[in-house]
Amino acid sequence: MALEILYILSGIVSLITGIYSFRDDTLETRFGTGLFWVILSITFIFGRILPAKFVGILVLLMGVLTATKQVKIGSFKEVSEEFKIEKSKILGNKLFIPVLSIAIFAFVIGQFTSLGGLVGMGIGAIVATVSGLIITKASANEAIEEGNRLLQQVGPFSILPQLLAALGALFNAAGVGEVIASGISKVVPTGNIVFGVIAYCVGMAVFTMIMGNAFAAFAVITAGIGVPFVYSQGANPAIAGALALTAGYCGTLLTPMAANFNIVPAAILEMKDKNKVIKTQAPIALTLLVIHIILMLVWAF
Amino acid sequence: MIKLLGIVIIVIGFILKLDTIAVVIAAGVVTGLVGGLNFGEILDILGEAFVTNRYMTVFFVTLPAIGLLERYGLKERAAELIGKLKAATAGKILSIYMVIRTIAAALSLRIGGHVEFIRPLIYPMAEGAARNKYGDIPEEAVEDIKGMSAAVENYGNFYGQNVFIAAGGVLLIVGTLNELGFQVTEKEVANASIPIAVIAVLLAIIQFRIYDKKIEKIMEGNK
Repeated sequence: MALEILYILSGIVSLITGIYSFRDDTLETRFGTGLFWVILSITFIFGRILPAKFVGILVLLMGVLTATKQVKIGSFKEVSEEFKIEKSKILGNKLFIPVLSIAIFAFVIGQFTSLGGLVGMGIGAIVATVSGLIITKASANEAIEEGNRLLQQVGPFSILPQLLAALGALFNAAGVGEVIASGISKVVPTGNIVFGVIAYCVGMAVFTMIMGNAFAAFAVITAGIGVPFVYSQGANPAIAGALALTAGYCGTLLTPMAANFNIVPAAILEMKDKNKVIKTQAPIALTLLVIHIILMLVWAF
Repeated sequence: MIKLLGIVIIVIGFILKLDTIAVVIAAGVVTGLVGGLNFGEILDILGEAFVTNRYMTVFFVTLPAIGLLERYGLKERAAELIGKLKAATAGKILSIYMVIRTIAAALSLRIGGHVEFIRPLIYPMAEGAARNKYGDIPEEAVEDIKGMSAAVENYGNFYGQNVFIAAGGVLLIVGTLNELGFQVTEKEVANASIPIAVIAVLLAIIQFRIYDKKIEKIMEGNK
């Protein structure tokens, strides 16, 4: 229930951006852009009561809008650097109170109550908005404008994590995992521990890159490759299992499919290259994958 | 094999830089169709998954507060604080965050997040350290610092979390293996996750050091 309220609040943020976009005379595609954010807000606010099929149609519609380049970033007021520097001097470290309250509420509520960290983050966000308004003496309008600015900057990519989760569900329903596991197991020579371990770790990373989710990969790859080629050769299951999952995370670092870890942060930090996060992570991910293979070979057997 | 058509669409779509959202939807629809689902079933799965995964997008609620604080000088303040530490570099700041983030994940303390920590605090501090050292820095260096700031959150989160005995990943490993007939306990899996957590911290620190050197080189080249 608390989570549903949080979804409604998120929907309202999106609705506001939709309204701002509709009203934005400088934006050529204001109708398409506004429609995109309003549709998104509908899936958030009414998601629980709408029939799934209808939401599916709305999702397709959003895809049509982005495919036809109807969703663009609008205009918004930017304050001057001088203003920011002056305010930061006057307000000082008080500026950190609202930011920290988001983190602290997310932590404390996630840690000590049954509501969960997300609800904590939501409550923290409300506390942060209110305390932020008090500390800066800004008007509520300014907070709304700034929410619009940031959401426009993050842009349509914000729905990518949800879409990829839906893609994963469709892959599952179609049986893509079994095809991949059987494909890999056909090329691995049986009885060879080194090839088995390489296939298990690389298989986890590759399948995670495709699904964007190591959890989804783990059951499929462990049953299809881990059991016949690693566990049944006498590997310690706790060690091999632990390493297999984190080998999957090496794949997470390398794929745009893990959008909420790699693509959305690039948007949140306003990077020029939306693949910059993946490029930064690639050397570490590949090194770690090799280390996983070596570690599993020497430690699990 | 035909079931892999969706993956082919994604790969081609990304290579040709087509609209990502449309490519993902197209891949899903095609995979569903070649996997034997009808269009109605595909819409159902698409809609249901989209709604159940709304939690991935609730960071929207934090945007008005973070935007407001940015308007009133949050980044500038974070940079100034770091400026007082003369020896600070972007890499050192991120290394410290990596250690804290990993330990927090291992203790299941939910500290972190790109929206909650990286954009408002960690990235401005890292950039502030670089600006404090070199004055104005070129875009290339700024992009590098952004990339590292996003990456450190992922490193610490991913490789630290399974050290915690009741982490989702640990429970998944135990559950899957038990189902397949291999007896393991949560404690064994959590312990087996420690070496990789330590190695990830060391590798991250090495990478951040290399970037510090790279930024130094860029700045020297600019002089």
